[in-house]
Amino acid sequence: MSALFAAKDISVRFGGIRAVDAVSFEVEQGEIFSIIGPNGAGKTTIFNLISRIYNTTEGELIFAGKDITHAPPHTIAGLGIARTFQNIELFANATLLQNLLIGRHRHSTVGYLSQIAFLPSTRRAEIKHREKVEEVIAFLDLQRYRDSLIANLPYGVRKVVELGRALCTEPKLLLLDEPSSGLNVEETEGMGFWIEDIKKDLGITVIMVEHDMALVSQVSDRVMALNYGKVLAMGTPHEVQTHPEVVRAYIGGDAEVEA
Amino acid sequence: MRHLFRTSYQQDLRAWRHGGDVFWYGLLVVIVLAIPFILDEFYVGEMGGVFIYAIAGVGLMLLIGYTGLISLGHAAFLGIGAYVNSVLLSHGVPFLITLPVAGLFTAICGAAIGRPTLRMSGLYLAIATLSFGGIVGTVFQKWTAVTGGFDGFAVPTPYVFGISVEGATGVYYVSFVVLLFTLWLSINLLRSPIGRAMVAIRDSEVSAQSMGIHLAKYKTLAFAISAGITGLAGALFAHYVRFLAPDSFDVLLSVQFVTIVFVGGLGSLRGAILGAIFVRLLPQAIAIVRDDLPFGIGRLPGLEPSLFGLVLVLVILFQPGGMNGLWLKIKLWFETYPFMRQTSGRRQKSYARSERLR
Amino acid sequence: MEDAARLLQLVVNGAAAGCIYGLIALGFVLIYKATEMVNFAQGDIMMLGGFVAYSAITHFGLNYWLGGLVAIAITAAFGYALDFVILRRVIGQPQFAVVMLTLGLGFIFRAGAGIAWGYDSVGFDTPFTNKTVKIGSLVLGDDNLSIIAGTVILCLVLYLFFAKTRLGVAMQASSQNQLAAYYMGIPVRNVFSMIWAISAGVAAVAGILLSPVSMIDVNMGFLGIKAFAAAVIGGFGSIPGCLIGGVFVGIVEQLAGYYLPAGFQEVTSNIVLLGMLFIRPQGLFAERMGKRV
Repeated sequence: MSALFAAKDISVRFGGIRAVDAVSFEVEQGEIFSIIGPNGAGKTTIFNLISRIYNTTEGELIFAGKDITHAPPHTIAGLGIARTFQNIELFANATLLQNLLIGRHRHSTVGYLSQIAFLPSTRRAEIKHREKVEEVIAFLDLQRYRDSLIANLPYGVRKVVELGRALCTEPKLLLLDEPSSGLNVEETEGMGFWIEDIKKDLGITVIMVEHDMALVSQVSDRVMALNYGKVLAMGTPHEVQTHPEVVRAYIGGDAEVEA
Repeated sequence: MRHLFRTSYQQDLRAWRHGGDVFWYGLLVVIVLAIPFILDEFYVGEMGGVFIYAIAGVGLMLLIGYTGLISLGHAAFLGIGAYVNSVLLSHGVPFLITLPVAGLFTAICGAAIGRPTLRMSGLYLAIATLSFGGIVGTVFQKWTAVTGGFDGFAVPTPYVFGISVEGATGVYYVSFVVLLFTLWLSINLLRSPIGRAMVAIRDSEVSAQSMGIHLAKYKTLAFAISAGITGLAGALFAHYVRFLAPDSFDVLLSVQFVTIVFVGGLGSLRGAILGAIFVRLLPQAIAIVRDDLPFGIGRLPGLEPSLFGLVLVLVILFQPGGMNGLWLKIKLWFETYPFMRQTSGRRQKSYARSERLR
Repeated sequence: MEDAARLLQLVVNGAAAGCIYGLIALGFVLIYKATEMVNFAQGDIMMLGGFVAYSAITHFGLNYWLGGLVAIAITAAFGYALDFVILRRVIGQPQFAVVMLTLGLGFIFRAGAGIAWGYDSVGFDTPFTNKTVKIGSLVLGDDNLSIIAGTVILCLVLYLFFAKTRLGVAMQASSQNQLAAYYMGIPVRNVFSMIWAISAGVAAVAGILLSPVSMIDVNMGFLGIKAFAAAVIGGFGSIPGCLIGGVFVGIVEQLAGYYLPAGFQEVTSNIVLLGMLFIRPQGLFAERMGKRV
């Protein structure tokens, strides 16, 4: 069992709808694994299952050898899994710096009393967190937005901040939910380079939900295609993109043209 | 216009931003300490009341303004602090012990009410705290063995190191010290992980969880801290009024506290203090000008609560940033003179965000 | 037989009080379903409606039915104006801004009523005051029965309105999905103002029905706090739920007052409410919703 993360036959049901239906996949350490599929295929739902916002109705989730199928949502960050959200869930009334510092929360070890009195141990810890956050800010070129309120930042920058906040948790596994949605061509290219840097320089494993096929082909090691909650195909980007089932799901096949 | 030149992380962690802050706030402290020597005892007494309300305001601001949890029952915590303090004093426990004990006991009560309300969102939380406040108010009235019920409870004299701090001046200084302590505590919270966790919970519970923030733990902690601070205010309140009547801790008082937070400006400590000044001094201001108002308005009964309500409505409609927002705008005007334009302070148009899908 | 009679008496009294709670809760729920705003001044609008009816009947000499209708109409118009002038402007602000706003309005209403009608309790003649109905050894007040009957009739009328008329269906649509309602050509903002009008009208009915049992006075609106228990039980989403919740709270209150030691009756509604919120926060009828991320 060398895979960093494994999903075994996971399903989730909302009322009568099977949003995710017996999906299994494994992600190896250090690879970039993309999940593609039409809208409503269940991709973000899988992320929500992994970060334990939803409960699986069936199946298992194994991360770094541990069974996390029933782990409480707030323990996921501590285990080393971080995620970004499709519709940006930043803390809008706080500054960029504060958002990133919140990302350091799982590394916080100082006790309540020390914080309330702001003892030197808290002060030292704060400076350490600040140094780590500054590394991420330097990595993502966010210096000039450091003290801006998120509510005042443009969409493209917020997407990057979302990524930065996830990086501040120092994850082993990073879940990126549509990192390029809403970005223009240049910004998408930049995002692609950052994802590659995350893999090469930081050694973080990435699972990515994406619609932009160019980006998927550029960065992914392996791809999984979903439709209606079921796995259609899994393999290298090229294999999946030319797979007949996948083509049918996106474009429609002759089966539907029967008169 | 001052440009802040930041050279170290330590500087960002400091409680003040630059030397100017230290100077002006220091001057303010000196003036406050000197006031009892200058002003009449009546005014000193009133200001003591302002400090007490400011302490409660800070407590509630931490809950509503920073954690996003609304409470319409905080008068209950004021009452619990007041009664615990007074009952212990009447048993001979020294004031320097009854004060923190009152705070701690109220904090535990806060945690007790925080725990079951964890999964409640804005509206239901407001209603639940409203109910809780009502129940506690009734307990104050009925548990006559402890509280004396409607006969009232005469608050014994507190002594600090042998000096009686009963009069207006005593309450003034003690309240001011406790206010400074509360502010120090709050500033520490806000620059440490607990404070950031609270802000995270306010802005997005889902992503707070994915950052590793244990919602239950921090919501309960926020309630506990908020209640504890209000309990301290309650203990001081007992000495301010000197005679506890159980029906003074009712929903109208809770509404006054929430007004402090609102009119003061959500999400700022300065707002809590400005709000307290407003809420305490509005009745006084009305009393002063009431005879001079035209058309005999001043002689109408119910003028005070109606003006209260009117200010609340006007603030929410036209100045949702509250007095703190106004302060910041005025400061900005001075700092950027003469470049301020009408659009500098214009609110961004926002759309209703469904609370049902938090 | 004595005990059964007394029990039935308590149940009827409780049901009557509960109907009032239910009607106030109905006002809450109508507005909440549409705009997610909670009108903490609903009880005070009931008070205003009662006072207007008092003036119509006592000062202008109208008979009970006509005066009542006029009062309901005036209060409904007031509710419409309230939304039109004030509440529309706070769309987009967080929910407790609206809570505070309506609390502030409540203060203004109470002060206004005090100035206009004074701070004493008033009452007016109704066809039900001081009349009773005898069933066996049981004596039931006409006033309580009128409250129950009136509430049932009003709810039937409202049900038919929402289910069968175009405007009612439009209101339902606007409550469920504003954008889609706009696309269907429904003038959503006007519809919301009309919902406020109906809500105010219902409050006025509650005030008028209540007047034979308990006089009208400036602080009558504090009943609104008890009505929250009714709304919560109903799940803040359904009309029959409010009524069932209200009647439940009313009956439990009466029973508590009789069988439990003094002081428990006051806190009954609070305890019921807290109990409901802890055990089943979505109430008996509503569904839990979660956020899609």
